[in-house]
Amino acid sequence: MQALFGQLLIGLINGAFYAMLSLGLAVIFGLLNIINFTHGALYMTGAFCAWALLTHLGIGYWWALLIAPIVVGAFGALVERTMLARLYKLDHLYGLLLTFGLALIIQGVFRNEFGSSGLPYQIPPELTGGINLGFMFLPKYRAWVIVASVVVCLTTWYVIERTKLGSYLRAATENPALVQAFGINVPRMVTLTYAVGVGLAALAGVMGAPIFQVNPLMGADLIIVVFAVVVIGGMGSIMGSILTGFGLGVVEGLTKYFYPEASNTVVFVIMVIVLMFKPAGLFGRER
Amino acid sequence: MAATPAVLTAAPPQGKRRILVATAVMALLLAVAPFAGIYPVFLMKALCFALFACAFNLLLGFGGLLSFGHAMFLGTAGYVCAYAAKSWGLPPELAIALGTVASGLLGVVVGMLAIRRQGIYFAMITLAIAQMLYFFYLQTPFTHGEDGIQAVPRGRLFGVLDLSNTLVMYYVVLAIFLAAFLFIYRVVHSPFGQVLKSIRENEPRAISLGYDADRYKLLAFVLSATLAGLAGATKAIVFQLASLTDVHWSMSGEVVLMVLLGGMGTIFGPVVGAFVIIALESYLAPFGQWVTIITGVIFVVCVLAFRRGIVGELSAWWKARSG
Repeated sequence: MQALFGQLLIGLINGAFYAMLSLGLAVIFGLLNIINFTHGALYMTGAFCAWALLTHLGIGYWWALLIAPIVVGAFGALVERTMLARLYKLDHLYGLLLTFGLALIIQGVFRNEFGSSGLPYQIPPELTGGINLGFMFLPKYRAWVIVASVVVCLTTWYVIERTKLGSYLRAATENPALVQAFGINVPRMVTLTYAVGVGLAALAGVMGAPIFQVNPLMGADLIIVVFAVVVIGGMGSIMGSILTGFGLGVVEGLTKYFYPEASNTVVFVIMVIVLMFKPAGLFGRER
Repeated sequence: MAATPAVLTAAPPQGKRRILVATAVMALLLAVAPFAGIYPVFLMKALCFALFACAFNLLLGFGGLLSFGHAMFLGTAGYVCAYAAKSWGLPPELAIALGTVASGLLGVVVGMLAIRRQGIYFAMITLAIAQMLYFFYLQTPFTHGEDGIQAVPRGRLFGVLDLSNTLVMYYVVLAIFLAAFLFIYRVVHSPFGQVLKSIRENEPRAISLGYDADRYKLLAFVLSATLAGLAGATKAIVFQLASLTDVHWSMSGEVVLMVLLGGMGTIFGPVVGAFVIIALESYLAPFGQWVTIITGVIFVVCVLAFRRGIVGELSAWWKARSG
């Protein structure tokens, strides 16, 4: 029983990261029509930001949660302005190729600098230890990650689906030319969207730093699973990507308990099954 | 953003005679290359990757489909071929044939799934399926996990040619490469190739003209997978090794880069791209991670400034000069 709940918890944690990353991907895809391959690398960059802030400047976890997304977001804005903006008129595949190249560069630079072994990052003192729930032991930090990621996801959903800014964003997704004609600065909105999207990845990176070791390749394999999550959920709805992310994390955790050999592949198998019966994804619309 | 037509930078049409002459020159250069002081093992590696890249180009350059998981075909054929040659003791020609067929069959299954979605989704789906197979090969016993299948015997081709002689091996690889290259050239210039290009340019119109686009795309996918398998199986015999490197996603990225750098949708582009990248990797090997960084930089530069690739730019320049 202990082990089952343990795996469920790990599944929920992984699900939290899938949800936050696929959310960022979906938001970026909606407006830019680009699959951001750098997402994994920027998630990793976020974790390294937190590590560097602590090691070199003595700035702790809580400030890192704020600073790392801003740093990475600024970098994202720069990339969007100088590179991605030149590709919007071309086939979308070029965006994929460009961001793939950028991901290689970022990962290569970090591996040159830090090698490929992981760097440890301490759990902040406020969140060390855990609570004994009777049927299982719940580490406080893990509980915090789940709660925080749910809050982040719901906030993003609220901003996009329920606020004025979000309505501009959704309108620009449908018809950018028309929205621009109404006097809204669409190019700036695109830049901000990309910055916020990668900022979310960096935030996930900071949250992941104490759980997974801070490692130059931590984002590389994760991002492929997240792609599968995105295909399963479809990019149609924000809520869809959140639910799919958490759901698949849990499924993965359960697989680890019942049939560990398949835990690496279960998400991909689900993707294949979904493709056979619902090619647009669980929450997607055909387009 | 409004729907943009799926047009990757198309190749300028090339004269048939010019291509045949260029092919003959290429074959001649490759035939004398080992005597010009170029290390035959390097040449064989480059030729295997050139074949892989040509197979990939058939799908991307002429079919407009970007697969981000093509390493699965290279690696699967490699594993099957290595296992057949080592554990079953099959002669090399049968081992290679078996590996190639295995990748072709895998191509049928993956193709049927992947062509249900287009563009970016197609890339993500192929990537995800390739990753699934990577984990499968990592865990299944017959591949020996991280070690790979080592010390695969090269054997005697048709019981006659002793492949343990490097030069003999080289000419066999060259023959396989040239045969596949001419086959691809033939496919591209056949009615099938023309329909494929029309689907790349405008799929709805091709469908309205009565072409079953999905069947054409599937056939292109299977052909590409089979030829990629031929490259992987040959590579396994040449290096006497089948390992996880060949199924990893970075290998899928590498072949995209070769085609992009050489020029997608050109006949010779993938060959040039493969030789440049393999040479680069050989010379930069001592510098560790710089290979990854430089690979990334080439990607970015190609996408931003150099979308026609080396061969595409050259032939555009040639046409501007002579036209």
